[in-house]
Amino acid sequence: MKVLVTNDELCIGCRLCEDVCSQAWYKEMHPGKSSIRITSLGNAEWAMAVCTQCGDCIDICPTGALSRDKAGVVRLKKTDCVGCLSCVGFCPTATMYYHADHVEPIKCISCGLCAKECPTGAISIEVLPG
Amino acid sequence: MSTEITKERLEALKAGHKVLAEFSYEPPQIEKGYAGQTLYVNVSDNTIAARPVDDRMKSAFVGGRGFDLWLLWNAVTGTTRWSSPENEIVIAAGPIGGITQYPGTGKSIAVTISPLTDTVVDSNVGGYFGPLLKFSGFDAIEVQGIADKEVLVFVDGNAGTVQIIEAPEESVNSHILAEEMVALFAEKPGERQAVSSVSAGIGAEHALIGCLNFSFYDPRRGVARLKQAGRGGIGTVLRKKKIKALVVKYVGLKGDSTGPEDLKSIQDTGAKMHREIYERDSIMFEMRKDGTNHLTKIMNDYDILPVHNFRYGAHPDAEKIYSPHFQEHFDYSAPDGCWYGCTLACAKFARQLELRSGPYKGHVVTVDGPEYETVAGIGANCGIWDAHAVLEANFYCDTYGIDTISFGTGMAFAMECFEEGVLTTEHTSGLQLNFGNSEAMLEVLHQIARGEGFGAIFGQGIRRMKRFFAEEYGADPQFLQDIGMEAKGLEYSEYVTKESLAQQGGYGMANKGPQHDEAWLIFMDAVNNQIPTFEDKAEALHYFPMWRTWFGLMGLCKLPWNDVEPADNRTAYTGMDAAKVPEHVQNYVDLFRGVTGRTDVESGQDLIRMSEVVYNFQRVFNLKMGFGTREHDAIPYRSAGPVTDVEYESRAERYDQQLRELVGINPDDMNTEEKRLALRRYREDRYEKLLDAVYQRRGWTENGIPTLETVRALGLDFPDVVELVQRHTNGHG
Repeated sequence: MKVLVTNDELCIGCRLCEDVCSQAWYKEMHPGKSSIRITSLGNAEWAMAVCTQCGDCIDICPTGALSRDKAGVVRLKKTDCVGCLSCVGFCPTATMYYHADHVEPIKCISCGLCAKECPTGAISIEVLPG
Repeated sequence: MSTEITKERLEALKAGHKVLAEFSYEPPQIEKGYAGQTLYVNVSDNTIAARPVDDRMKSAFVGGRGFDLWLLWNAVTGTTRWSSPENEIVIAAGPIGGITQYPGTGKSIAVTISPLTDTVVDSNVGGYFGPLLKFSGFDAIEVQGIADKEVLVFVDGNAGTVQIIEAPEESVNSHILAEEMVALFAEKPGERQAVSSVSAGIGAEHALIGCLNFSFYDPRRGVARLKQAGRGGIGTVLRKKKIKALVVKYVGLKGDSTGPEDLKSIQDTGAKMHREIYERDSIMFEMRKDGTNHLTKIMNDYDILPVHNFRYGAHPDAEKIYSPHFQEHFDYSAPDGCWYGCTLACAKFARQLELRSGPYKGHVVTVDGPEYETVAGIGANCGIWDAHAVLEANFYCDTYGIDTISFGTGMAFAMECFEEGVLTTEHTSGLQLNFGNSEAMLEVLHQIARGEGFGAIFGQGIRRMKRFFAEEYGADPQFLQDIGMEAKGLEYSEYVTKESLAQQGGYGMANKGPQHDEAWLIFMDAVNNQIPTFEDKAEALHYFPMWRTWFGLMGLCKLPWNDVEPADNRTAYTGMDAAKVPEHVQNYVDLFRGVTGRTDVESGQDLIRMSEVVYNFQRVFNLKMGFGTREHDAIPYRSAGPVTDVEYESRAERYDQQLRELVGINPDDMNTEEKRLALRRYREDRYEKLLDAVYQRRGWTENGIPTLETVRALGLDFPDVVELVQRHTNGHG
C-alpha cells in the first residue's frame, strides 16, 4: 500500500507541501485545497496531517465513488461522487478535506509530489504491507 | 428466489405499453432550493401540465407539506371523498430536500384525502422520489383523476418529458414492481440509482390502510429498497386511481443540485454533523447499528412499550424482539442511508429472509427495517415475541402496500376482541386470533391481499371495525370505543401514553390523527417531570408540533435532530431547552439560509413561525372537510388510563398512590371498579383542561378552531380561509 509517512519532528512549517499539493491538483496555491495540512503547535513545533489510506471512507460512501487502486491507494472517482461529505465526517484521522469551491472532497492519492519537494525529509512515500 | 427481471419479462412489459399522453418541458435550473413549478397530472382525461410556483405560495407555505396542502386545498371541496376523482395524491420534497451534505435530507411528504379519516392526511417517507422529482424540475407532483386502465406516470427529468403509460403487464406488489421500474427505465447499470418509484401493492386495493412504497436503489446490494409513507391510506388512494407506479428518473445528481445560495455553509454544517454522528452515535442510540428498534428496550424499561393492545407497557418476553435478535438478519456490508449522505443510516437491511407463509412462501427475500413502530406494533402489541414473524409481516405489509402501524394496532385490537369474546372463530374465518398467534396474524394479512374473509373487514381499520362489530355482532360500543386505539379514524402509533397527559394531547390533537411525528413528550412529561403544569404542557404542545412540522416543510427527516445530540447538550442546557437541542436547531437555520439565501430567517423562532402558518392551515383544512373541532380531538380511554379491572390491578400500586396524592381520595375501602372509575373521572377531566390550555396557547377558540385574529396574524387571510373560519366561529375570536 503506497502511503505518505510523516515525521512531525522534522517539519519546519514551511508549508511548501500544501502549496505543491494544491498547485498540482487545483492549479492554485491554496492551503485550504491541499490534502496535506500543517498546523502550528507553538514553540516552532508542527503537526502534519495526511491520509493514511486506511480505506474506512470506502465503506461509508453511498455511491461507491471511493475505491482502492492496484497500488493500494484509495481514490475518488469524482464523476460518481455526490459531494455528501460522509467520508469527511467519518475519516478516523480527519484527513479527508473539502473546500466550497468544489462539490467533491479533497483526497490524497499518495502522488508523492509533496515528499519530493519537502526540504527536510519530513514526508516520504513508503510502500506498506496490506 | 431472486426478483431479478429477465429479458423476456422486460420485453413483455414493454409490449404492453401504450403512451396515452406525453408532455414536454424544458427542465429548469434549480435555484435556491426551488424548481419554481409543480407538475399536474390527471389520469382521468390524461392531461399533464406544469404550473408555476408564485411568491405567495413560497412565502406562505414554504414547500413540502405546505405546498402539498395548498395544492390539495385548491383541488378538493368539502364533500370530496377519498375515492372521488378530484381527490389527489400530492407529493413534494422541500427547499432543503435533496442536499447531500447533511443527514436526513431526502424525505418526501405525501398528502391526500384519507380513506381512514375522511379528511386530509400527511405522511413522510424516505427514498429518492421527492428529491429526484425536484431535480427533474418540479417542487411537487399532484395526481388527480381515476384511470380507466392500469397506468404508470413517468417523469424523465433529463429528457424533459412526462408520460402517462398504459401498463397492463406490470406487477402490483411493490417488491417486484420496484425492480421492474428500475429495469424498464435505467438504460444502463449506472442509472439504476437515478430511478425511483412510488407504488402500493395488492393489499391496498382491498383495504383502507394502504401505504405508499418509495424506492431507492442500493447499488452495492443490487436491490430496489422500499420506504413507506405509511399513514392514512394513501396507498389505497393510489390503487383506486389505477396507478401502478409514479416513476421519476434523473441522472446527474451532484452536491449542488439544489442550487444553493451558500454551498460553504451547507458543507460546513454537514461535515460537522457527520463528525458528531461518527463520534456520538455508538455511545448514544446506535442508530447506525440497530435503526429505530433500539427503542424497544427503552420503551419496555419505562413501561411505555404497547403490550396486548396497549393494556400494558412492558412484558417479560420483550427481550426476544430487542435489537440483537434482528442484528443477526441484518447486512452491514454497505451504507444504509435512504438518501445520500445520511450517516445516521437507520434504514437497516435484512437479507436472506426465507418466507414461511403466503404467496411467496419459500422465497428468500430482503426487507428494509423493521422500524421500532413495526416491532412494537406487530410484535409487542400483539404479544408476538418472534423476530422472524415480525420481519415476515413487515415484508408482506410492504409489498402488499399495507401500513405496518395501522396493521399492528388493528391486529392488537382484533386480538383483544377475540380474547374478550367479541369475536369468535365464526367471525375470524376460523382463525384463533389470540395474542401471540403469529400464524393467524400473517393469515389475516394474506386475507387482506386476497380481499376475502376476516381480512376484508379488518382492512377497513379500527373505526369501521368497531362499528361493524357493534352493529353485526352485538358488541358493546362503549367497550370497543375504550379499547379501540384510533382517533380521527387513524390507528395509534406505538407508545403507551397512560402516564403522560402531554402525550395523550400530542396524539389527540395531532392534525392527521395519533401519530408521534407531531409530538413525543413522554420522557419530558412522565419520566422527567419537566413540564408539570398545564401551561408547561401547552407550551410544549405548541413548540414541538410546530418544530416537527418544519421538517415536513423542508423535505427533512426528524431523526438527526434529536436521535443524536452534541456532547454538551445536556450540560449546556436543561429541561425543555435541552430537549430542543439548540445546536441542531441552529444547524437547520444555517441549512435553510444556506440553501434559500433568506437572510430574514435568523433563529429557530423564525422556523417555528413557518410551521405555525402551515399547521393552522391544516387545522382549517380539517374544518373544511367537516372535522377540525374539539370533538375530533377526543381520545379512546385506553390511551389515558386503565379500561379494565385487570389493567388497573396490573399497576395497582401506581394508581392507588395517584388516587391518594393527586385525586385526594382514600382507595383503601374501594373495590377495583370504584377505584378505576374514580381515576377515569380524574384523568378525563384533566384531558379536557389540557385541550383548553393548548387551544389558548395556539390562538384557537374553545372549540379548537383558529381564531380570525390568528389566521390574519399568520398571513393566512385567503378569502376562502377567512370565510370558512368566520362561518365556524360566527365572526368571534
